[in-house]
Amino acid sequence: MPEDLINSFMTGPDENGRFGDFGGRFVSETLMPLILELEEQYERAKTDESFWAEMDHLWTHYVGRPSPLYFAERLTERLGGAKVYMKRDELNHTGAHKINNVLGQILLARRMGKSRIIAETGAGQHGVATATVCAKFGLKCIVYMGAHDVERQSPNVFRMRLLGAEVVPVTSGRGTLKDAMNDALRDWVTNVRDTFYCIGTVAGPHPYPAMVRDFQSIIGKEVRRQMLEAEGRLPDTLVAAIGGGSNAMGLFHPFLDDPDVAIVGVEAGGKGVDEKMEHCASLTGGRPGVLHGNRTYLLQDDDGQILEGYSISAGLDYPGIGPEHSWLHDVGRARYVSVTDAEALEAFQLCCEMEGIIPALEPSHALAHVTRMAPGLPRDHVICMNMCGRGDKDIFTVASALGHDI
Amino acid sequence: MTRIDDTFARLRSEGRKAFVAYVMAGDPDYETSLELVRGLSGAGVDVIELGLPFTDPMADGPTIQLAGQRALEAGQTLARTLDIARAVREEDDATPIVLMGYYNPIYSMGVPRFLEAAKAAGVDGLIVVDLPPEEDDELCLPAQAAGLNFIRLATPTTDDRRLPKVLQNTSGFVYYVSITGITGAAAAQAGEVGPEVARIKAQTDLPVVVGFGIRTPEAAEAMAGVADGAVVGSAIVRQVEEGRPVSEILDYVRALAAGAHRA
Repeated sequence: MPEDLINSFMTGPDENGRFGDFGGRFVSETLMPLILELEEQYERAKTDESFWAEMDHLWTHYVGRPSPLYFAERLTERLGGAKVYMKRDELNHTGAHKINNVLGQILLARRMGKSRIIAETGAGQHGVATATVCAKFGLKCIVYMGAHDVERQSPNVFRMRLLGAEVVPVTSGRGTLKDAMNDALRDWVTNVRDTFYCIGTVAGPHPYPAMVRDFQSIIGKEVRRQMLEAEGRLPDTLVAAIGGGSNAMGLFHPFLDDPDVAIVGVEAGGKGVDEKMEHCASLTGGRPGVLHGNRTYLLQDDDGQILEGYSISAGLDYPGIGPEHSWLHDVGRARYVSVTDAEALEAFQLCCEMEGIIPALEPSHALAHVTRMAPGLPRDHVICMNMCGRGDKDIFTVASALGHDI
Repeated sequence: MTRIDDTFARLRSEGRKAFVAYVMAGDPDYETSLELVRGLSGAGVDVIELGLPFTDPMADGPTIQLAGQRALEAGQTLARTLDIARAVREEDDATPIVLMGYYNPIYSMGVPRFLEAAKAAGVDGLIVVDLPPEEDDELCLPAQAAGLNFIRLATPTTDDRRLPKVLQNTSGFVYYVSITGITGAAAAQAGEVGPEVARIKAQTDLPVVVGFGIRTPEAAEAMAGVADGAVVGSAIVRQVEEGRPVSEILDYVRALAAGAHRA
């Protein structure tokens, strides 16, 4: 069926790492040979059954996959419209989807003989997952984290240190996630021989966006199978929160060529997507540019200088987005909306009260959009949202936003 | 032939090595920076590298990053950096000016518009750190077509298999990064760098200059001695950071240039 092949949304990126005009390899020459080697090794691992057998084993016995697909019955009744399912990736070991990808990259690093792992982290979930897997395999782990995030995510900082990782507070620039990524890249440029950079999201130079997506696609593949079991058909709508966009890409990708499945990404609207730019909605409020190795939608000023994002959720606080999302946005295969801090907080509380699940602030954004759309849809419409992280790490932030002193 | 080609041809015929100086445009403010750049050729600088400030300079150390932040806070833009180049060009038609920075501000202005403006301002070449040969269609090839040199970095990780690709669309000169690391970090030894430069020169007729980690006239002399020239950036920028008067900074530059020229 050549026509179907031509019309597939799942074949990207091309050999230059491009999704349409997005993606690419915008890095300094020092890193170029490393990135090409990584691509070569990943291509080899990808088609090696023993690589995936090891992944499957660890996913099952270490992470606890498959994660359940859960019908949120009371929430569905309360909203009075579409049926709401939650993909329970917050039940993974370490409490978020991040470990799906970290396992893949660390196995690859081991194959490549790298002994030193570096990572950047915002909320700390990717840092904790990386520290965890490094502890399991006895690898040295250094996590770069913005000084501001070190302060607001102190439980995760302590977790990483317990797991034996060195957490480096980043004060360069403004000390946020993007600066942590800059410093991780500086480390990599300096320690090229023994170091593997474990990127936490579907961004960065090729092959990272494709590789991280492939590792996270386990989410969507499971949903496909589980939904067929539960409902006898595919979902009508998928909803996921987006910072860099790895949990969303993992859920969306296996469904890109199912035209009847609507796909919605939810960006962090912060205090509102307007000219004050106090948000992280790169697609809704940004324009294409080049940062951290790839071309994608970015929050930037008229002179191409990168702006700081803002969100109550540290995990969404990044001025860019994975290049594949930028492409899906431009070609219209996925729709991207934004949700404010206030809406996310409301959904957070609703989820606690109606379902007995304390969600992370990141998926609370996705859930907020579900609460907006579900009431207007028929009762046989099936929504699946990605509950990509648990909220234990966020209770201090939420308490403070709700005016409690704990 | 650009001013860069002319300069290296002249230096070669005189049997001299090149001294290349980097300063951040607009650091700490437009006027001071303009005064400093104006004084460089008089202090013995053969090629001026004018840094384009960027919020996220991933390949640079803290000195260059802070310089960029100071410049941006003082209101520096890409257009104002071209103003500096134009002002220098009005009084000096010989010294090559190379813009060095990251791609996004250029991409944001639009490549055709940028190239036209840079050419009109008297800019001779570009060094864009995050544009490897794999992305040559973006800016390298249009820049060469517009008559600007596109100067590439070669690094210790650029092995012999990859070197031809790096050299292929490079013009003006090759900038050899003497260490794996960021600007302003520890220096390499000239003894280690010499064979690397020879490795590059075996595959190109272009001049090769060496940079990263050079801070003293002696180091400039040693590095220029094993190559066609030496580049100093962070060490000069640090003088700006310390708030020294322009005349003092130019004295320091003069000493560095004399070191390179002794080689």
